[in-house]
Amino acid sequence: MSKAQPKMKQVFDRPRSLKDVPWHFCPGCHHGVIHRLVGEQLDAFGLREKTVGVASVGCSVFLYDYFDLDVVESPHGRAAAVATGVKRARPDRFVFTYQGDGDLAAIGTAEIVHAANRGEKITVVFVNNAVFGMTGGQMAPTTLEGQVTTTTPRGRDIELAGPPIRISEMLSTLDGASYVARVAVDNIKNLKKAKAALKRAFEYQVNGWGFSFVEFLSSCPTNWHMPPEAANERVGKEMAHFFPLGVYKDIKAARDEAAE
Amino acid sequence: MAKRVLVKGNEAVAMGAIAAGCRYYFGYPITPQNEIPEYMSAHLPEVGGVFLQAESEIASINMLLGAAATGARVMTSSSSPGISLKQEGISYLCGSEIPGVIVNMSRSGPGLGGIHPSQGDYFQATRGGGHGDYRTLVLAPSTAQENYDLTMLAFDLADKYRNPVMILGDALLGGIKEPVKLTPYKKQPPAKDWALTGCEGRGQRILKSLYLSEGELTKQNWKLWKKYQAMAKEVRYELYRAEDAKLILVAFGSVGRILKTTVDILRDKGRQVGLLRPVTLYPFPAKAVREAAVRCGRLMVLELNTGQMVEDVRLAADCQAPVDFYGRPPGSIPTPDELAMEVDKVWRKTAGKGGAK
Repeated sequence: MSKAQPKMKQVFDRPRSLKDVPWHFCPGCHHGVIHRLVGEQLDAFGLREKTVGVASVGCSVFLYDYFDLDVVESPHGRAAAVATGVKRARPDRFVFTYQGDGDLAAIGTAEIVHAANRGEKITVVFVNNAVFGMTGGQMAPTTLEGQVTTTTPRGRDIELAGPPIRISEMLSTLDGASYVARVAVDNIKNLKKAKAALKRAFEYQVNGWGFSFVEFLSSCPTNWHMPPEAANERVGKEMAHFFPLGVYKDIKAARDEAAE
Repeated sequence: MAKRVLVKGNEAVAMGAIAAGCRYYFGYPITPQNEIPEYMSAHLPEVGGVFLQAESEIASINMLLGAAATGARVMTSSSSPGISLKQEGISYLCGSEIPGVIVNMSRSGPGLGGIHPSQGDYFQATRGGGHGDYRTLVLAPSTAQENYDLTMLAFDLADKYRNPVMILGDALLGGIKEPVKLTPYKKQPPAKDWALTGCEGRGQRILKSLYLSEGELTKQNWKLWKKYQAMAKEVRYELYRAEDAKLILVAFGSVGRILKTTVDILRDKGRQVGLLRPVTLYPFPAKAVREAAVRCGRLMVLELNTGQMVEDVRLAADCQAPVDFYGRPPGSIPTPDELAMEVDKVWRKTAGKGGAK
């Protein structure tokens, strides 16, 4: 005989948009946290059944294994073009891509630049961990100077490979891009900001305000050859130093301000 | 009565597409197919569709993939070098079983080549062109009318098999201006229980080509293979004055068209020649070619390349008849008389030796 349990109020649960399955992500990887943030917003806006997600190539390809919604898989780097097709055919659906830096910042630069410049009414979740994760830790365009990867065994040499590319800054120069922000999930303070940025990005699409883009700085303990805690720390210390966090563009806010 | 209009071959493709319910077109300029995007940009908005000029051929095939994933009828068009760039997307369309229509108004290559008519893309079209063990249905029109009719058919076949369908024309067929009967499209496109529309009131749907679990990809490839086998019943070809022929010419597209006049010229001279013109290049009309080989005993393949379809003809003829070949690299369009001279060479070499066994 057990004693009656006092009635407890549930304050935390898995978002409905996410499936109840274990992650395949490595310990300390930020993908799981970012997936959860996206799931929370899909729930908050009531979008799960009105969404078509676009998976990219890399660790993020298994989007459909974690999100309980319609998903189409894109060729490497082409997610923004695939999303363009989905959204143009079904403007009444919520369409988002979820892409890593190996995908979006390397092979997919043409597609992301032109989708942003056309002002496609899609939302892009860009996960930047400064390395090709799934292929085993090769240099990405975002790899920091001196960073050792499997294809920069002596550290990234700027003379040889050029400097890391800052995608948020680049996209925010385009007239067609409406909302661009860079966030991190390495501490509670940043996590809250990330959540707010993602919410804003969703608002942009739901209200038809234009192209929205959120870059997440993410850790990759496995390919950085670091314990999870040290990798988490590197995001705030090294990455955020080169890739400054903040809202780079919010044309709606700018317009509202100008109207006042 | 169906309306008749005088239009360019490229426009006929675009008109056929819109008639068949294509409402989304994504493309990138390249000669000699520009009238297709131009026509679509003018007329798709009138029927509530969307024309979008992409930043590249790669982007346009992927836009097609996205729009077609929602169940819409979608088309892209290009010409040889642009079609090379689309191959990655075509492979993904096959792997994910997403239908779509891809038009190749081919020009000449390799490389930048030129803008002359050429049939140099036969291998690329019929062998897939991209990576992986897949097939695309390939239709080869020979007139502006067929550009219109076969484009409508292409959408039906794409939906039926959940597979991309390629229209393989060339600069001649894109640029030629002739009357086209605008037959109305009367079919009801099939319901698509796989389309991504948001999972309201149903379970999740996924369109993907990645299969990593044990045995999964083997199973998927066998499933695709079965589908490609089933496509065999879509074989289409045309026979012209072939019943009593002692030499049957085999040619597709623009050469097939020119050869009809050649056959008439030679018939007037008492040469018993006929024509077999494959309309589907995949599936290839192998049975018809073999029957022709057995019946007539002598075949000759003519192509605007240095020898591509001839391999399929030899394979299909199965050593039942010798197969001669005349090929011409890009540069000029052969006249019926020029081809008659080439055919006559083979005729004289083998006169009386052909005929039924």
